[in-house]
Amino acid sequence: MPEIAVLAFVAGVVLAFGLFSTLAIALVPVLGSGWGWGIGMGTAAVAGTVVVLLLTVAGLGLQALAYIGGLFALVTFLSLVTFALVWLERKYLGRLQQRLGPTRVGPFGLLQPVADAVKLLLKEDIVPAWADRVVFWVAPLIAFVPAFMVWVTVPFSRDLVLRNLDLGLLYVVAFSVVGITGLLVAGWGSANKYGVLGSLRSAAQLISYEIPLIVVALTIAMLAGTLNLVEIVERQRPIYALVQPLGLFLFLLAGLAEVGRTPFDIYHAESEIVGGPFVEYSGAHWAAFYLAEYVNTFLVAALTTLLFLGGWKGPLLPPVVWFLLKTFGVVVVMFWFRGTFPRLRIDQLMALGWQMLVPLSFLTLLLTGVALYYRWPWWGLSLASTAVLVGVGWLVHQQASRQRPVLRLIPAREVRSAG
Amino acid sequence: MSDVPKARPGSPHPAGGHGGAGSPERLDAKGQALKGLLPEVLPAFHSHISVALDEVVLTVPPERLVEVCFTLRDDPRTRFDFLRCLSVVDYVTYLEVVYHLWSMEKRHKMVVKVQVPPEAPQVPSVTGVWKGADWFEREGHDLYGVVFTGHPNLAPLLLWEGFPGYPGRKSYPFHNYTEW
Amino acid sequence: MAEARPLEVREILVNMGPQHPSTHGVFRMVLWVDGERIVRVEPHIGYLHRGSEKLCEGETYLQIPTLFDRLDYLSNFNNELAFCLAVEKLMGLEVPERAAYVRVILCELNRIASHLMFYAAFGLDVGAMTPSMYAFRERERIQQVFEAVSGARMMHDYFRVGGLRQPPPDDFKERVQRLLPLLEKGINECDTLLTHNEVFLARTRGIGKISPQEAIAWGMTGPCLRACGVPYDIRAVEPYSLYDRFDFAIPVGAQGDCWDRYMVRVEEMRQSIHIIRQALQQMPEEGPVLTPGARRLPRPPKGEVYVRTENPRGELGVYLVSDGSERPYRVKIRAPSFANLQALPVLMRDCYVADAVVILGSLDIVLGDVDR
Repeated sequence: MPEIAVLAFVAGVVLAFGLFSTLAIALVPVLGSGWGWGIGMGTAAVAGTVVVLLLTVAGLGLQALAYIGGLFALVTFLSLVTFALVWLERKYLGRLQQRLGPTRVGPFGLLQPVADAVKLLLKEDIVPAWADRVVFWVAPLIAFVPAFMVWVTVPFSRDLVLRNLDLGLLYVVAFSVVGITGLLVAGWGSANKYGVLGSLRSAAQLISYEIPLIVVALTIAMLAGTLNLVEIVERQRPIYALVQPLGLFLFLLAGLAEVGRTPFDIYHAESEIVGGPFVEYSGAHWAAFYLAEYVNTFLVAALTTLLFLGGWKGPLLPPVVWFLLKTFGVVVVMFWFRGTFPRLRIDQLMALGWQMLVPLSFLTLLLTGVALYYRWPWWGLSLASTAVLVGVGWLVHQQASRQRPVLRLIPAREVRSAG
Repeated sequence: MSDVPKARPGSPHPAGGHGGAGSPERLDAKGQALKGLLPEVLPAFHSHISVALDEVVLTVPPERLVEVCFTLRDDPRTRFDFLRCLSVVDYVTYLEVVYHLWSMEKRHKMVVKVQVPPEAPQVPSVTGVWKGADWFEREGHDLYGVVFTGHPNLAPLLLWEGFPGYPGRKSYPFHNYTEW
Repeated sequence: MAEARPLEVREILVNMGPQHPSTHGVFRMVLWVDGERIVRVEPHIGYLHRGSEKLCEGETYLQIPTLFDRLDYLSNFNNELAFCLAVEKLMGLEVPERAAYVRVILCELNRIASHLMFYAAFGLDVGAMTPSMYAFRERERIQQVFEAVSGARMMHDYFRVGGLRQPPPDDFKERVQRLLPLLEKGINECDTLLTHNEVFLARTRGIGKISPQEAIAWGMTGPCLRACGVPYDIRAVEPYSLYDRFDFAIPVGAQGDCWDRYMVRVEEMRQSIHIIRQALQQMPEEGPVLTPGARRLPRPPKGEVYVRTENPRGELGVYLVSDGSERPYRVKIRAPSFANLQALPVLMRDCYVADAVVILGSLDIVLGDVDR
């Protein structure tokens, strides 16, 4: 069964990372970070691959090699995507800020992420003296591994999916939550007040924003009638962004908060908390968190595309290209937010989450339920959803403009003569 | 350049003490009005009023300082609610603490001066009158050694704890000074 | 069953140390924090104390403008102006018209540059990266003019007692005239980006309030005081140099919170452009730039003087005591940031850790000024 392939993959990954961690913990202090990490990664990769191959072939026969190939292709693809995202973000933000972004390393700065990766791997590995060593080492892995494992069931087109689980959406949502523990553990294990403060903030934020995320995902599942991601895309006639614009808005905001991007990046804000849970991490440890953040960004964008924008559907171009175009479009919108907005304070963030997003997400759920029960046509739900979205927007605008502050301009001659 | 900038030859008080010989009186209308008003507000200090360029200067003995400052701040004719600057000047034979005052309402200014001996420079703190004197007094204590009695927290401000000597004073050397 | 012990609650001591991305220089804030709320704040300064006042006693009047440049290192021309005005007042010198106009134009340009720097840093404090890039672009334009005039982008040493070190370049007027519309456009862009942004309003509105009476008692001046509603601008109340010839407005806030302090500065930039326009119009084309007959090395008569000028950060006061020689007897520098920073514990009553950074940023301190 293909499930065995997935299990074997999981086993192989766990073994590989376990081996890698042990070797790295042992070798890095002795051989320095470059050699230590290199040998650790190399051995782990080889051992993991061998184990996976053996297990799968033993369980399934040679045809399972196709699955294994797919898994490695996925991991490679995700790494390339991370590189692309890093480059895109820096170039795009640069353009927003009237500057060029990276230009020196490779044509158009395309090799900049490679340079960054090499730099991070070769950096000195500093483990604070009072830190809990095991916890400190394991934290990046806890954040990093689930980020990759979620992708097993995300389809890139109708046929391009590793394993299309019937409970696909549930699997995705469940695994994306596991990564939060990594952040918590990171801050605590750093033995640093800033780290602990950052961990607490991140835990509060990420757990709170899971609720609107999951509830909106649930409404999509209700509309489509299935949790199977391929089916959800297939049944989108019209795309759910039109049917539930409020849902799209909520999902995007909650997703931004989950990934920790501006305006919700207070927990690792450099200008205040000097990095939050990541403050003591340097070099390759930090690279793991960084990688996880970008993979998660891509995941949120991919989910938005699948659940709301019709996935790979579109004329002329092959489906995969459409999927990638739409996902990168959402990613660009997320970068755009980063370039524009200041960040919210943690209590304002929590207030936004609990007082606005959660009730609105439940309202969406209610609307969708009513629409399905009374068999409204799709545009009925669309109208209701848009009405709520516009209404909320109008209320917020009213609130803000009522308090709009005013400055007085007193002519200098008045001040002079008043004396 | 000599090691210690002493009083310049020919002048026991380098700046002439009470803003005396050397600078002509250049009081404007408000200054003139204030000069006439002060003896009414503070009749006991009638003889201590002088003029330095365009400032009306009142010299008070240290023990009467806080009382004078409260009067200047609260009297409706003067209303000096803003302490502009609090400086300490080292005149070798005495230390002078100079208070520059301003009234936001009346828009007139004046100077209050207090003179203390350098061996026992004790001046009552005016933080009760103007809260803004806080760090100025701390700095005066740090750099000149003037002790402002009644100040809530006279800890070092600009120099590190345990800094030897008072660098603002004329007796502190410019050169020939080993730090480590 | 064992008796339950009450849970021990202690405040954490968070040290926003001398090295921190947001403390605007070497400044240390020790915060006692209960969860996210600040219970007590203790500022520690002195990391940048260079003994400028003592140094002034050992340098001639010709050498001191370089020291004054480095006090509030973001508004060099304004500092030099304060010192030169002090000596000129003591000596009774009249500065030629052309020099005085050039001084005013450069000081107002410096005010704009300084406020742009504030805007950039404040944006970063609040978490927005883009405003800082926009602000620095405009600042770059101004610094190019400065370089043309004095040879340096920052520490100019251009003003002398009696006028200027050398005449400005021939195309000075055209350069500044070309610069002004670009600056206006840039400032409007910056304004649009941040001022009425909902997130920015949420981060700065109602944060770090201070009442006008308290502000006056603590000796606050400049935009911090004007944000509280007190229309006290030395250029209007006690005009120095040529400021009584110009028509400009003084922006005054209502609540004395961070947004007001920010907005007063943005509006002041626009008013500075207005002043520069008038100055360019009124400036004589020809004329000496140094008082004729002024000695290269001034020797003011015995006496003392206190001169105050409106620095971008507040009231910069210079108390000069002269003993008749070519070196001052005492120079006391009344630094605006020093007085403004004293009130920090008052501003940070009942706020969050994240607010601490925003409040400190809104005060717009420069450690060179605070520590001298």
